[in-house]
Amino acid sequence: MDDLLPLLVALPLLGAAVLVAGGRLVPRLVAESVACAVSAGTAALALVLLLNCSPPMVEWAGGWVPVNGRSVGIVLVGDGPGLGMAALASLLTLAALAYSWRYFDEPPRGHAGSFPALVLLFQAGMCGFALAGDLFNAFVWFELMSVVAYALTGHRVEEARAVQGALTFAVVNSLGAYCLLMGIALLYARTGELAMTQIGRGLDRAAGPDGPDVLVLAAFVLVLTGLLVKAAAVPFHFWLPDAHAVAPTPVCMVLSGVMVELGAYGVWRVYGTVFAGPGGIPAADFERALTVLGALTAAVGAILCWYQRHLKRLLAYSTVAHMGLFLLGIGVLKPEADDGIALYLLGHAGVKAALFACAGILLDRYGSVDEHALRGRARELRGVAVLFTLGALGLAGLPPFGTALGKSITEEAVGGPLTVLYVLATAVTAGAVLRVAARVFLGLGPPPENGDAYETTGSGERPETRHRLGRIPDSMKAVPAVLLAGVLAVGVGPGFADVVAHAVNEAGSGGVLVASVHWTPAGILLGLASTALAVGLAAVAVTRPKLLAPAWALPLRRLQSGHVGDYVAWLLVGAAVLGALALPGVLGS
Amino acid sequence: MTAVTHVLPYLVAVWIFLIGCYGLATSRNLIHAVGCLSVCQAATYVLLLAVGYRDGATAPVFSDVEPGSRPVVDPVVQALALTDVVVGATVTALLLALVVQVAKRHGTVDPDELSELRG
Repeated sequence: MDDLLPLLVALPLLGAAVLVAGGRLVPRLVAESVACAVSAGTAALALVLLLNCSPPMVEWAGGWVPVNGRSVGIVLVGDGPGLGMAALASLLTLAALAYSWRYFDEPPRGHAGSFPALVLLFQAGMCGFALAGDLFNAFVWFELMSVVAYALTGHRVEEARAVQGALTFAVVNSLGAYCLLMGIALLYARTGELAMTQIGRGLDRAAGPDGPDVLVLAAFVLVLTGLLVKAAAVPFHFWLPDAHAVAPTPVCMVLSGVMVELGAYGVWRVYGTVFAGPGGIPAADFERALTVLGALTAAVGAILCWYQRHLKRLLAYSTVAHMGLFLLGIGVLKPEADDGIALYLLGHAGVKAALFACAGILLDRYGSVDEHALRGRARELRGVAVLFTLGALGLAGLPPFGTALGKSITEEAVGGPLTVLYVLATAVTAGAVLRVAARVFLGLGPPPENGDAYETTGSGERPETRHRLGRIPDSMKAVPAVLLAGVLAVGVGPGFADVVAHAVNEAGSGGVLVASVHWTPAGILLGLASTALAVGLAAVAVTRPKLLAPAWALPLRRLQSGHVGDYVAWLLVGAAVLGALALPGVLGS
Repeated sequence: MTAVTHVLPYLVAVWIFLIGCYGLATSRNLIHAVGCLSVCQAATYVLLLAVGYRDGATAPVFSDVEPGSRPVVDPVVQALALTDVVVGATVTALLLALVVQVAKRHGTVDPDELSELRG
């Protein structure tokens, strides 16, 4: 079984190569069928391996196994979380390809294979990052998935906004990747190892009685900066709304659903295997850093989400808020929280992809994603309205959606004021989505006034299909429906949560096996509370638009200036803050 | 070799990285900004090669050196730097292509004048 692990990366890479080479010779239908088949095959393989991943698989590529415990070879680790992320990435890629099936932008003549090939490359990068067992290859996969993501974001090169968003995305993420690489170089300098587990042991061996020193702290800050840029933690998050607002819808589904989450997964993986030992960063400091940044991210994401009228941008900020919640859950370092986050992440991926798919239908039907311009225009799309509203309720954490199960388990694990933050952040972001649903699909409330000029409106966007859609194709409606059904299955599937929890805990840093994760009365109540709050917020916002739009958030919105230089400066500020938050562990020991 | 010369490459790497970031933050031209990003990446090359350096060592090529007869520098970091160069070339090429499109669609390469996305 172990030998099959590299295929998860090799299959989509091969598929992409075939499509690039043969794409100009075959019609579009063939190219897209090949891409769907390859990504479905990879997803199936990932699921099969996932079912057999206990004990975790380790594959040294090319047979370069360690000699005397030392090796600088390429190692792939197939444990529950890694294979789970690979499977999730593959399934969402398949969903995106199915969504764009034949209706997405007509490719230039003779380039039928280029878009599907890029999507497959993206899938390969994500699978590789999820499975990478050594830090340098994690960096290489990180860069591969980033570079392909830049290209996909700017895929519609004739759009002014698309190229600007892609450029911002590329500069900020590349800078983050270079920080990651510098951190890896420092770790290699200290330990002479590249595989994560070996680096962790090497740090413990190298640490004196005083524990970690400044070099370990610097490596920690640099590595985490790179990963948190990908995870869009505040203040590294500025690229995300700009990129997600302009990327083609199928790409948004994958970006928001799984690529950003891979950043959080990377943080969890790297801390657990590299920095968790006595020679690494003390748990208290990691907790402090992630709790502060996570809480800030959740709050900023939720507030800015509320103010958006550009539908895709609104969903992007909702992703930022949820990333904050994921980082909070990872930061408390409890096995129960890890289980909750894994389930939450699965549910969020489905819900967010479904919401983006619905937004894409609106864009292709009406040529706009502006909440104000679309007011009442989509009354005819009843099916889409139901899907969109269900997605919003899933985002709020309405039982029995999988998001609600994951959220409630995490809420109980983090406890205290952070639980309140979970409820508030999800309620505000879901309230914003429900507000859009009420205005766009039902035409409720008075027409909102046009705000100040300092915003991205979302009108005047070009549809991604060749013509504006008269009739919504079934494939575009089926994809969000299937995704939402999947989220429901995560929540109610008997024993599914236990399987996830077992897989996560077996691989996790805790190693403690939690007996069982399940719905609890308190969790259901919290889910219902945040849903009720979301509905209430949306109702007030629709009927009394001025009441819930205070002006004090304007300075916060002005920080999102669209200027790439500002974002780079914020990245440096973030790295400094991260260092300051983790510093006490090095000073105190 | 004194402590100063041992630390110097690391300080140089930090300096290159920060000067690149400064250039990015204050850039008035996107082509210049892409160049600054490459400067930041140059810091990673310097750091990687500094990590692998050993006093009195030669290149890790064993065609004319008896293995074990004299120290060689760490070949692993050189392989990493080479991979890094490839990654950097890809990123720079893609970024420059995007800048060309920005220039076509916005009619400017000054990031201060790009105001489509904000708030």
